[in-house]
Amino acid sequence: MSLPVSSVSLRSVVCLIDRFPALTDVNLEVSEGEVVLLSGGNGAGKTTLLRLIAGLVPAFSGEVIVLGKNLRINCRAHRDEVALVAHETGCYDELTVRENLYFFTRSRSQPTSVADDALDQLGLGRLADTLHGKLSAGQRRRLSIAKALAVSPRLLLLDEPHAGLDADGREILDEVLRDAAAKGRTVILASHEIDRSRALADREIELQSGKTLPVPAGETEPVKPVEA
Amino acid sequence: MILFKPAVRRALGWATIVALIALALFGLWGAPPDSIQGDAQRLMYLHVPTAWVAYLAFMVTAVASALWLWPRTRAMVWDRVAGASAEIGVLFTALTLILGSLWGRPVWGVWWAWDARLVTTAVLFFLYVGYLALRRVPAAPDARAKRSAIAALIAFADVPIVHFSVEWWRTLHQQASVFDPSLKANITGVMALTLWLGALAFTLLYVYLLDRRYRLAALEENMEEHELATAIAERQAGAGTPGPATMSRSINPELSQ
Amino acid sequence: MNLIQEASLMAGKDLRIEARSRVTIRQIIPFGLITLVLFAFALDPDRGILARVAPGLFWITILLALLLAISRAYSIESANGASDALRLSGLDPSAIFLGKAAAIAVELALLEVVLTVGVIVLFNVSVASVGFLILAALVATIGLASIGTLYGVLASGLRVRETLVPVLLLPVAAPILLGATRAWEIGIDGSISDGWPWIGILFVSTLLFTAIGMLSFGSLLEES
Repeated sequence: MSLPVSSVSLRSVVCLIDRFPALTDVNLEVSEGEVVLLSGGNGAGKTTLLRLIAGLVPAFSGEVIVLGKNLRINCRAHRDEVALVAHETGCYDELTVRENLYFFTRSRSQPTSVADDALDQLGLGRLADTLHGKLSAGQRRRLSIAKALAVSPRLLLLDEPHAGLDADGREILDEVLRDAAAKGRTVILASHEIDRSRALADREIELQSGKTLPVPAGETEPVKPVEA
Repeated sequence: MILFKPAVRRALGWATIVALIALALFGLWGAPPDSIQGDAQRLMYLHVPTAWVAYLAFMVTAVASALWLWPRTRAMVWDRVAGASAEIGVLFTALTLILGSLWGRPVWGVWWAWDARLVTTAVLFFLYVGYLALRRVPAAPDARAKRSAIAALIAFADVPIVHFSVEWWRTLHQQASVFDPSLKANITGVMALTLWLGALAFTLLYVYLLDRRYRLAALEENMEEHELATAIAERQAGAGTPGPATMSRSINPELSQ
Repeated sequence: MNLIQEASLMAGKDLRIEARSRVTIRQIIPFGLITLVLFAFALDPDRGILARVAPGLFWITILLALLLAISRAYSIESANGASDALRLSGLDPSAIFLGKAAAIAVELALLEVVLTVGVIVLFNVSVASVGFLILAALVATIGLASIGTLYGVLASGLRVRETLVPVLLLPVAAPILLGATRAWEIGIDGSISDGWPWIGILFVSTLLFTAIGMLSFGSLLEES
């Protein structure tokens, strides 16, 4: 393989949410095609970090380069190639599952057939004509993932995608992540399902109090499971 | 952090006081009473200068907002100047309306008339009261500055439209204007001098107040920055000591995002 | 997709949600009608005063209903984290602005049709020049929808959104209220030749608000 292309490059990033320093010192290098697990306790800054990479929150200081674009100059530059599975689906209650997905695929000029495939992959095919407002929490989680896949992103960000998923859903998610890796997509996954996620990730990055912990020697090696 | 050096500011302060005292002397005794309106006309020496300062202040707000929005000149200086100037502008618009009302009562027999200038000034007042309300909403400094600057420019662009629509409204209806031209004072000599003195005194007062308000805003921001630096340091110190700290962090506002 | 296609995708989405939730039909239109009835209570309907002030009452009612429509348009985007999804959707912010404004304009137009019938029936008004009325209403409605969408996004994400929008919007919308009211008085009279300056005022305000909206919507949508 040639030299790995950088997908996400953050240096000394500080990020404020309502004047609270959610990220205090983040340094992160993710190469194209890597699957990275983001770990850390509640309030460590995982959600903010993913939102920062998606360009949804601005950095207060530091350098933020994602997919070759400097987000501190233009936070929208990379958005056509990024998808974020957030805590909420970002869908409209009054629209059906399919209408919601089609809206987001059309908005990026993507073929709607990808949305249909994503629905089937997440096992939501029979719910396609159900209103979003009537979905359960677990079904919404599946829809979030389907919505991210439906836009064929180059960079896939997942914020605790396991929450609320049943056993079957978790199997599907594993499959989705393996599939994304096989397609060469870059994946950054924040999760408390440490063992399950480690098995899929190329490496792990730990956040603590808004700070990335220093990477141990041999940084490109896959992380060995350590006691939790 | 400051608009003027302390020596300049002190000089400005004294000049303002001297000019205001001189205005009071000229306005109350120096200038002769108006031939038709009598002593009531003396209110003009306050009313016209306050109106002038109000318009000047809103003009400054608009220019400062534009300078903030223009990427090459973007600096917090302009946001502070815009906010400070708008506050003074609203104060002086209110004074203009009140003084105009006090003047109108003895001269025209009414507190308020639906005259084009009065209505435009009243709308102006509410436009910038809204702007100040927006500025008062707590937010990150950059986000607030951006929102405020855009709102200030919308308000400013709206002023000529308000002016023309109100003007047409009043003329098309052929309403008898309470501003009878014959009542208009013939302003010459000492009266004109006093009016110019008023304009000078209130402009000096405006610049002085702008500097003071700017200084206050700068100090407030300085304090916020200081608190922020402390917060960042505290949170960074928290890293590497997992355990109890995790509990206290779980109530941080990030979770509500 | 070009700007118009993106804007119609956005407008289509908002109108589809509206068609399902029926907030305009079930809440905003009844609100407008009861306001007209209350004006009659307040103004003593027997002296013909209602017919004379009908245009003013009509447009004040529309302005109040606009506040409700804006509030609704942005509460759609605040549920389920939809505003983040919209920002990540890849749609051009100018298209989002145009789409949202178009949806609000359609809802207002629907309300205007119902209220016009209400005014004619309840206030005993007869209209001389329907075409002039429609022209004035069209321009005014687009202008109101534009400025409403603009201030809606300006205040969106703020905890005081619902109360901040009226205090910002009403003074700025004053020329549109004035222009539309005078134009309607003239349309009802039939002396159209006096009315063109008002159409001009409406046109200039609408153009100005739409232009500012398209230019600034993107940066207002983002947090930074």
